[in-house]
Amino acid sequence: MAKTRTYQKEESKEEKRARRREWFAHWGKTMKFGFYCLTHPLDGFWKLTHEHRGSYAAANTILFLAIFTRIIKLKYTSFLFLNVYWEDVNIFLYIASILFPLSLWVVGNWALTTLFDGKGRLGDVYMGTCYGMLPYPVIQLPLMIVSNFVTIEEGQFYSVLSVLSLVWCLILIICGMGQIHAYSAGKTILFTIASIAAVLVMIFLLMIFFSMVTQGIGYFISLGRELMYRM
Amino acid sequence: MKNKIVRLVTTAAVMLGVGLSSFTSVKAGEDNYTYVYDYWEDVQDSPDAYTVARVFDFGALGLDRNLMAPESLYVNGSKVYLCDTGNNRILLFDRPSSDELILEKEIKGIKGAEPETFNAPSDVSVDEEGYIYIADRENHRILKADQDLNYVMEFTRPSDQAIDAGMDFKPDKIVADTAGRIYCEASGINKGLLKFENDGVFSGFVGATRVSYNFTDYLWKRFASQEQRAQMTSFVPTEYDNLYLDREGFIYAVSGGLKEEDLKNETVDAVRKLNMMGSDILVRNGDYPVFGDLYWGGGGGITGPSYFKDVTVLDNDIYICLDQNRGRLFGYDDQGRMVYAFGGNGNQAGYFRKPVSIEHMDNDLLVLDQQDCTVTLFIPTHYGQLIYDAMAHFDVGEYDEAQACWEEVKMLNGNYSLAYIGIGRSLLRKGQYRESMDYFEVKYDDENYSRAYAQYRKQWIREHIITIILILVVLAVIPLTIGKIFALKEEIDNADIFKLRRRQENQTE
Repeated sequence: MAKTRTYQKEESKEEKRARRREWFAHWGKTMKFGFYCLTHPLDGFWKLTHEHRGSYAAANTILFLAIFTRIIKLKYTSFLFLNVYWEDVNIFLYIASILFPLSLWVVGNWALTTLFDGKGRLGDVYMGTCYGMLPYPVIQLPLMIVSNFVTIEEGQFYSVLSVLSLVWCLILIICGMGQIHAYSAGKTILFTIASIAAVLVMIFLLMIFFSMVTQGIGYFISLGRELMYRM
Repeated sequence: MKNKIVRLVTTAAVMLGVGLSSFTSVKAGEDNYTYVYDYWEDVQDSPDAYTVARVFDFGALGLDRNLMAPESLYVNGSKVYLCDTGNNRILLFDRPSSDELILEKEIKGIKGAEPETFNAPSDVSVDEEGYIYIADRENHRILKADQDLNYVMEFTRPSDQAIDAGMDFKPDKIVADTAGRIYCEASGINKGLLKFENDGVFSGFVGATRVSYNFTDYLWKRFASQEQRAQMTSFVPTEYDNLYLDREGFIYAVSGGLKEEDLKNETVDAVRKLNMMGSDILVRNGDYPVFGDLYWGGGGGITGPSYFKDVTVLDNDIYICLDQNRGRLFGYDDQGRMVYAFGGNGNQAGYFRKPVSIEHMDNDLLVLDQQDCTVTLFIPTHYGQLIYDAMAHFDVGEYDEAQACWEEVKMLNGNYSLAYIGIGRSLLRKGQYRESMDYFEVKYDDENYSRAYAQYRKQWIREHIITIILILVVLAVIPLTIGKIFALKEEIDNADIFKLRRRQENQTE
């Protein structure tokens, strides 16, 4: 059989540039749609997946922004509000503190809802959750800058706004989840709780898995060592 | 075969070596004599603030008979009173020079009192007029005598129901204030300090400690029957251990023996500063509570929190608490921040076995050890003196000198928070706000930082007011002009002449 090779058609520079411009335009539009979702959670999250108004690129950008905010905040928030013991800081733990719950939630939620006629696919749940995290960078980044220009008496707003950013994220993620799967309000709440339970079960299983693996490896290592002594 | 044995032996040796080294490493933890805690509650070694000038045993004190279970020291001017409780006598020493204590008098009784001799005298106090007050514990009385030790009056068991019927009045520690009133800590009484007016009348309790209770215990108690309740521990305030009257007339009272969880939850206070009303006015602005050591691990077989047995207050409002548990001294400044901590359990000079009493003479410290029957005299080192000088300069408003002293302290101990904050506060008072902010930020002093920053911001705005207004104007004008330009452009585009020309151009094409 003769080998067939398909060559991609060589793009001209112009075409490449146009394609890139188009991609950026789409990215910009979908990013902008995230801000629409901030204030219109129900309407926004419905359109996000069902009318394809969101993109993975934008979702990844928001996720990156959230992680970036979480890390940069440590350094540039005024010491009046946030003191960091740098000797104990592990940047990977900070990254994992967002990525790990996110992945558990996405998988857990999708695994449950797909059994109970949820309309969203795995990617949709991921996109919706990432879009729901937008209030975190949107509030925390300016807050971080402002924190350097106030005294501690004037800083009462800091904790209020900090909590607000998290509560807002929570509301958006729950609303978004309901809209993506086209659930009623009651069903949304039920499946939020069920997803959290699923996350806990997954954590439990992971812990068992890792402890079993360590014990298993330890068994074979000691077996090997024993054999070496005997020989 | 031989090979196998060799291998076995070497592995065994290696494993033994590992085991041994792990044993020795436990022992290797060597702690420094003087230390402080930093903002993160990490132990930071510090240069010594005090050094032992001399340890007086009974020979050095010039006694014919050794002390027996002495309980208290009291300093009045250059005179030192020592309650030799077990021998029923009070010893009066004079300190003519820095490291000498000369026995001046051995007080065995008060002329005219009934009985004349003491029975377990536990504390002495002298008021401004020179009257001597003696807590004569097992005779259940507080004696008042004049300078020649003639009986004046006595304070006895309050006649009302203040003390439970079955309980003896055992005055333990006393102080006399300027008006001749007596504040007394009596053993077995937890309602506070007993206050006697100068005519001997008991006028009530002052400054009862806070009662802490466990919420679950409280709930259980709600559902328990009368008999069950009687079995349970009752929520009672803890007794004080000692008290000290500072130069302003405030009473510092310490209580040891507090429960770990209560200290951790800050529901009880190891040290309290009582005003005339008996309320606690101690300033607690430190990064951690005033209760001595922050870590209560079992080093040297000793566990539990610090047990504050006595306190003394220097004239610059630094108070030094004596921890009987680990034989340490903890100095705190008037803001409740730790200045230094030093000491330990042991037999060397500067270490204690059972310290019971601390007094100060100017900035020198005298500590009485009940088990060793010794008095240890500490004098400040250059480092300790610098800290005191800096505080003294700051208090009288000599900020340049205060800053210079703190700078020198910082050179000696670069981990010392108080030095940085001291420099910052001096700069703040001198109006150098920007510089002081850096010093406060380094040691996380948010309140002083905010104070400096508020001033700095005000100053900055005042200096740059013109620029700020200009920027605001520009920011307001630019969008307006842009809007204008666009409007103008549109007007031009839609003007009839151009429309006409465009049409003509289209036609020609």
